[in-house]
Amino acid sequence: MFRKKSFRGGAHPHDEKRWSADMAIQEMPLPGTVIIPVQQHIGAPADIIVEKGDAVKKGQPLTKTSKFVSVPVHASISGTVAAVEKRPHPFGTDLTSIVIESDGNDAWAAEPVMNPDYLSLGTDKMVQIIGEAGIAGMGGAAFPSHVKLSPPADKPVDTLILNGVECEPYLTSDYRLMLERPDDILAGLQIIMKILGLTKAFIGIEANKPRAIALLREKCAEKKNIAIVPLAVKYPQGAEKQLIKAVSGRSVPSGGLPMDVGCLVHNVGTAAAIYEAVAMGKPLIERIVSVTGPGVRKPRNIKARIGTPFADLIEFCGGYTQKAAKVINGGPMMGIAQTTIAVPVIKGTSGILVLDERTAAGSDELPCISCARCVDVCPMNLLPNHIAAFIEHNRVEDAQKMGLFDCMECSTCSFICPAKRNLVHYIKLGKALWNEAQKKTG
Amino acid sequence: MDFDITSAVIVMGSLGLVFGAGLAIASKILAVEKDKRVEQIEEALPGANCGACGAPGCGGFAEGVVAGQYPVNGCTAGGSDVAARIAEIMGTDAGDIVRKVAVVRCRGDKDTCVERAIYSGVADCRAAMLIAEGAKGCVYGCLGLGSCVKVCSFDALHMAPEGLPVVDEDACTGCGACVEACPRNIIELIPFDQPVYLGCVSKDFGKSVKAVCKVGCIGCGMCAKENVTADEMITMDGKIPVIHYDKVKNPQTDLANAVEKCPTKSFVVRDLAEKSAP
Repeated sequence: MFRKKSFRGGAHPHDEKRWSADMAIQEMPLPGTVIIPVQQHIGAPADIIVEKGDAVKKGQPLTKTSKFVSVPVHASISGTVAAVEKRPHPFGTDLTSIVIESDGNDAWAAEPVMNPDYLSLGTDKMVQIIGEAGIAGMGGAAFPSHVKLSPPADKPVDTLILNGVECEPYLTSDYRLMLERPDDILAGLQIIMKILGLTKAFIGIEANKPRAIALLREKCAEKKNIAIVPLAVKYPQGAEKQLIKAVSGRSVPSGGLPMDVGCLVHNVGTAAAIYEAVAMGKPLIERIVSVTGPGVRKPRNIKARIGTPFADLIEFCGGYTQKAAKVINGGPMMGIAQTTIAVPVIKGTSGILVLDERTAAGSDELPCISCARCVDVCPMNLLPNHIAAFIEHNRVEDAQKMGLFDCMECSTCSFICPAKRNLVHYIKLGKALWNEAQKKTG
Repeated sequence: MDFDITSAVIVMGSLGLVFGAGLAIASKILAVEKDKRVEQIEEALPGANCGACGAPGCGGFAEGVVAGQYPVNGCTAGGSDVAARIAEIMGTDAGDIVRKVAVVRCRGDKDTCVERAIYSGVADCRAAMLIAEGAKGCVYGCLGLGSCVKVCSFDALHMAPEGLPVVDEDACTGCGACVEACPRNIIELIPFDQPVYLGCVSKDFGKSVKAVCKVGCIGCGMCAKENVTADEMITMDGKIPVIHYDKVKNPQTDLANAVEKCPTKSFVVRDLAEKSAP
């Protein structure tokens, strides 16, 4: 039988895409207030350049940065800056945010205009535009995209992979984007290829999205240099290193980056955003968010402004069902449970998942029975049982020696564990304790 | 040939004597010079390997004292008795040692402090801090998952059913391991003879404290007023009073007025009468 490309390990959680897969992207009505956290990306924070009381217009930058690994944030509506203060952030802590109250006009600072000649812009100019547009990886990790597009000279990139896998259960935002805006994705891909001087690219899509695969194949029928690669339906197929392994057969070394093996991965959403930025000068002020799960009345895929509170989106989807129990930023495997729905949509919010009592029910942790199922499924070839046990007994150094920092926290081990051990939580704790200890010893 | 039990005993016994004599001679010839004081100090130490002194265990501390790396009164867990004995061994003066005791500066238990979520992760305060800073409504309050209880080498901390750790003051040696372990910096070491401490560390003010906790300090500053406590024994650090124990000369009476006047009754008065001497 024909075997789809994949990687070693992994698990098969129910994909649960049925809730929202067939819901076309709908635009949210203009929110009354947006909360725009200054820090939405991985890297250095940017400096705030607006004050309380300032009038701002849509697309206007609110922060400025001189650091390379950093991106600015932009006003996603027009209105007045109501506050610059700490507000709840989807990451769990209160972080400095710029609160804008809408004036209802939704007026642009500079209306995006299609530049028909955008492909003839220089590559440096393109990278600069992408940085200034505030684009950070939209698959969830939110790493500044322009940094990834500037590989050092000694690490040439020869393989570009667009990530349309969306292996996280429930989420369908990338899927809808591929179905509804394939041309934007391909135009963005073309821009990335031009910047890197590549002639060939891959788009990896999990085989449970046959319509997206067929549509993109049809669109690329003429373009022989873009290959659509259907991938095995397995979690975490969409993780960067696993995707590279499946598509190119290369293994990213421990502690290394994709560019160490000549690869670069971008999310399909990021490609579409790059197209809008380079061709039209539109900064990243909105994104597709799947609001889904058994806890919400009308699961939908929504085009929402960055900064829209979760509460607004959930209300737009008909509110909670009676048994709603848990709200998660992201998917069930890697997402973070929220304590309040006052938190805003940020650049990395691919979905808002509302679980009901049954799906959210946890069970108590039991002792490890040494069945090694976590070892079987770990896509990074680690021993999650041993690492977690070391951390549980305060032996963080031993955990570090066993590859603590190779763990990408995909949660496959926690998912598979019959003793319901919170393995990834131990690992997160271990990383925090290790970093703390490093700071102490200098 | 017949074997008799006596020959076996004689053979084995003489073998034992020969090897024993060999070992005795070897131990004399190959002996490693070891400072006798190290052994003596090790014997004097509590032997809990709590690490409060900074050395990796009691053995390391003993060697460190002899090498001049640690002071003779460096073992906080041992208190003044142990310090005096080590000083005697080292032939110096122990100096003054103030016995300290750990106090838990939070009174927001299950009844008095609201929970804003249900936490179901790893039962460890530091782990809970990684997820939205835990489930407690008050972001300064005790998470009640017992990281401090786990690190205590002296069995001096226990989790009460109300969800707050309780210090067994007779067992507490003031080693400070719990102070290190608490991610919210709620546990403080105070001089043993000081009965009063503030049972709250919230840096919030008034209404925002009241919204999450019935017994929290609202930062009104009443206790720090000159006519309530004199000589700056209590000063305000932002929205939280700080007791300067070095200025409190009469522990039993000096702070009584502040305890009395506090509108939220946030001060805790330890009952010293029942406590045994160290």
